[in-house]
Amino acid sequence: MLISRKTVVIAGALSSVGRAIADQFARRGFSILLAGRDVDELKCLADDIKVRHEVSCSVRFFDALDFASHGGFLDQCVESFGNTPGGVVYCAGYMADQELAQMDFATAKRTLDTNLSGAVSLLEKFAALFEECGSGFIAALSSVAGDRGRKSNYIYGAAKAGLTAYLSGLRNRLYSANVQVITIKPGFMDTAMTWGMPLPAPLTASPEAAAKAMVKAILRGANVIYVPFFWRWIMMIIRYIPEWQFKKMNI
Amino acid sequence: MLLNTASKTLSGWGRYHPKDCAVFRPERNSELKSFLEASGDQSFIPRGLGRSYGDTAVNEAGLVLDMCRLNRMRHFDETTGILDCEGGVSLAEILETFVPRGWFLPVTPGTKFVTVAGAIANDVHGKNHHGDGTFARFVHSLELWTPALGVVTCSPSENSEIFWATVGGIGLTGVILSAKIQLRAVESAYVKVDYQRCPHLDAVLEEMESRDRDYLYSVAWIDCLAKRAHLGRSILMRGAHARVRDLPRRHEEKPYKFSRRPPLAVPIDFPGFVLNNLSIKTFNTLFYRINRNRQEVITNYESYFYPLDGIHDWNRMYGRRGFIQYQAAFPFEGRMGLVSMLEMLSEQKRASFLAVLKCFGPSNPGLLSYPMPGYTLALDIPCKPGIEEFTRELDRILLDHGGRLYLAKDSLTDSATFAAMYPGVEAFREQCALLDPQGLLSSAQARRLHLIK
Repeated sequence: MLISRKTVVIAGALSSVGRAIADQFARRGFSILLAGRDVDELKCLADDIKVRHEVSCSVRFFDALDFASHGGFLDQCVESFGNTPGGVVYCAGYMADQELAQMDFATAKRTLDTNLSGAVSLLEKFAALFEECGSGFIAALSSVAGDRGRKSNYIYGAAKAGLTAYLSGLRNRLYSANVQVITIKPGFMDTAMTWGMPLPAPLTASPEAAAKAMVKAILRGANVIYVPFFWRWIMMIIRYIPEWQFKKMNI
Repeated sequence: MLLNTASKTLSGWGRYHPKDCAVFRPERNSELKSFLEASGDQSFIPRGLGRSYGDTAVNEAGLVLDMCRLNRMRHFDETTGILDCEGGVSLAEILETFVPRGWFLPVTPGTKFVTVAGAIANDVHGKNHHGDGTFARFVHSLELWTPALGVVTCSPSENSEIFWATVGGIGLTGVILSAKIQLRAVESAYVKVDYQRCPHLDAVLEEMESRDRDYLYSVAWIDCLAKRAHLGRSILMRGAHARVRDLPRRHEEKPYKFSRRPPLAVPIDFPGFVLNNLSIKTFNTLFYRINRNRQEVITNYESYFYPLDGIHDWNRMYGRRGFIQYQAAFPFEGRMGLVSMLEMLSEQKRASFLAVLKCFGPSNPGLLSYPMPGYTLALDIPCKPGIEEFTRELDRILLDHGGRLYLAKDSLTDSATFAAMYPGVEAFREQCALLDPQGLLSSAQARRLHLIK
């Protein structure tokens, strides 16, 4: 089976980070497939990428929660590029208000499904394909929120912690097949998800700056990266706080 | 409709009198559409990158609509150089994308961090105004959302009365969704500049009037602190895009490439005393002394057009109190007004470094468009006690000599003064009343100057 190196599928491209990641790949000459639920909006993004970077860019409908459709979606990706994609980046994510998620299980389930089950369902399909042909990369946006559960958003955190563990295992499995798996853990980013939250400006990255670091790390073949980099140290401190102390804290 | 708004303290770039505003920032057309269709009776003002100096894009009485994320390019025609893009695309993005392909902005203000919609709404001008007019001249057409008519396409030939109200209309006629703009073909990323020292205002004005037409770009840096025999001494910087044959051999191979210095940043608000009269005077004198007469200097476009963009957040140099910009235009016959304004600035020692003088060409039919044939002077004034009286004095000099000031820079004037400067304001109010009968579009500046009914 032929492998087209410079092609990438962005699942969840409608988010500002997804768009910025696609833009970074396009800058480097990649052909892009943007996938998400709003095809009209995706077409606007695709036009933008084509004008700016003179690369080919197509769009496909993709719903992270419609697990049954993921196999068909994979076929569409292969068909669109004419062969196996070079890689996939899973950017779909959903963060509900924590209190709402506590009270309403449907919201909690949607959080778990979008961030974790959807990723497992889709990425397993890609993993099998990449494993078979012995190359490719799989990147997914987890979160620093998955490094330790906090009362302010532990349901989202639990989903991301699951995703982090999933990617770690997947990396272990695919190592011998020469498939890169990259876990991306963003800290605060200035996106629609965090709009209106009182985030400290010096710790908050723009989607463009974050995406630049992410794509660099993907192409370098990194394993786990924090974006911006200093979140690695922040989270290390937070992870080392003993539980008897942590449970009393408001962070 | 439940809107996800952020509460932010907003001001213009001068950071003068910030106000708490609720900001909505759509990232998709569908979000913008549902906002516009269901905005109810809350007033709002579209905002781009916030480079207007005063309260143009501030609306503490309602919402601010941040359009920066609707910045998708739609189409580019390589043969004609016409770019179709959404209003939130910044001039910096256009340069980044198209300079390597041989296209430049047709008109650019002194910063590239403005959006296309902001450039139209403020009808920005550049160093080529004397020959080329304002940004609007290169707008083939634009899509405007208005409360009364929905989405309207307008241009100088189609719905022209809406077009000329929107050009310079600081967002009060509607939301500029997209525009088709004509880019300029260039052979390189470099500019060929002639520097010329002019020891007095008369010398620089005479030089501009007699020889500006030989150059595409012309601008003068003027020392507003110099007095008497040195009044208005200036460095005139005129040039045009360099052709490949103008370039030194090392650039000839890759004429669109140049090495960028990483931007510096001002990480904190400087204490108020850093920019004092002594430091500014020293800077101005040094700047004048260092710049000798030089011909055909090749420099990259960033350093010629955007010297301050290399320092992020340079507005913090003026400290927490901020500053105002004052930009005045005098007709040619009001030259004495320019002289008395400079005399007053040097007497009162309020002006700062980086004052800019330029000769304008003809004006356009934009109802609130700023440029008029004559001279324009732009300066920063640090906020200190008494600034209101001081600018009132400046306004009076302007009025006495038939001049006007620039809405994008204004923070302090009053409605009567403004109406005396802009006879088009009555027609503008009527056009706004037609397009927006409920008065949905509103800003702090619009209320201060009674730009809307």
